[in-house]
Amino acid sequence: MSNDDQHLQIANGQGLYELLIEVRHKDKIADPEGSTINKALAALGFDNVNKVSVGKAIRIKLTAASDDDALAQTEKMCQRLLSNPVLEDYKITILRDNAYA
Amino acid sequence: MPKTVGIVVFPGTNCEFDVAEAVEKVGGKYKFIFHSQTDLTDVDSIVIAGGFAHGDYLRPGAIARFSPIIEAVEQFAQSQKAVVGICNGFQVLTEAGLLPGALQKNAGLTFLCQPTVLNVTSTNTPFTSKLKLNSKVKLYINHFSGNYTCDDQTLNELKKNDQIILTYENNPNGSTENIAGICNENRNIIGLMPHPERAISDFLDSRDGLDFFNSLIQ
Repeated sequence: MSNDDQHLQIANGQGLYELLIEVRHKDKIADPEGSTINKALAALGFDNVNKVSVGKAIRIKLTAASDDDALAQTEKMCQRLLSNPVLEDYKITILRDNAYA
Repeated sequence: MPKTVGIVVFPGTNCEFDVAEAVEKVGGKYKFIFHSQTDLTDVDSIVIAGGFAHGDYLRPGAIARFSPIIEAVEQFAQSQKAVVGICNGFQVLTEAGLLPGALQKNAGLTFLCQPTVLNVTSTNTPFTSKLKLNSKVKLYINHFSGNYTCDDQTLNELKKNDQIILTYENNPNGSTENIAGICNENRNIIGLMPHPERAISDFLDSRDGLDFFNSLIQ
């Protein structure tokens, strides 16, 4: 954990977790940004690229009692705010050892 | 006694003055309601005006739907009073679950700012009652995410219940079934991407928007 996390009070039995949420378009939803980038890559000579998808990556730090607790909390956030179920899917990953620091 | 339209204003809303002018032009009164307020006792209907509420961060309407005003709007709508979302307001209403479906990015990745011809497909709502069924109106669109999307089941219900109120003559943004505006099953919550408040004088090259506001203040 980096120095700026040290102000976080970690209560009894709670650990600090960092999670990565990837929000992506459902397959049926158009991704004009992805297809535009795909064309730009082809124009640069990267002509082996079959598909480019553009979504969002959201990193969250939170305190939780366990992996399951951290995932459950984040799942709720995705359902209520971070994704729109009509347009998007999401994937949650727990980051270990400052994987993306 | 003229009817009062409550115009909801979020940080980033930018169409509130146009809506106010349109309401006054048809003889109604208006009141701006900031998103942190919850008191809707002295208004007869609500318009959620267009713009970029909360910067459209995350998704258009995603943050706005958790503003205190939205809970008040939900209760207001339960009493069968009219709630209209224009452009960004439509996006807020879908995010809040008050209207079905969602608005995704325009097909073609272009911001669209242009006149459009629309077919009036239902006049059985408080925002379209003064229009002529199956007539055409000219209104302006001004959006990046106006591509109406829903699953097949929702689409069937919209059709079955006559909930599609406006369709594009020439689909500019890829919307499912050319949908430009819908209402809920109870017909009092209405969302549309085009801006009737910007078509209220000959100078603006269309007065077709006035009929919408005439409907609203009846």
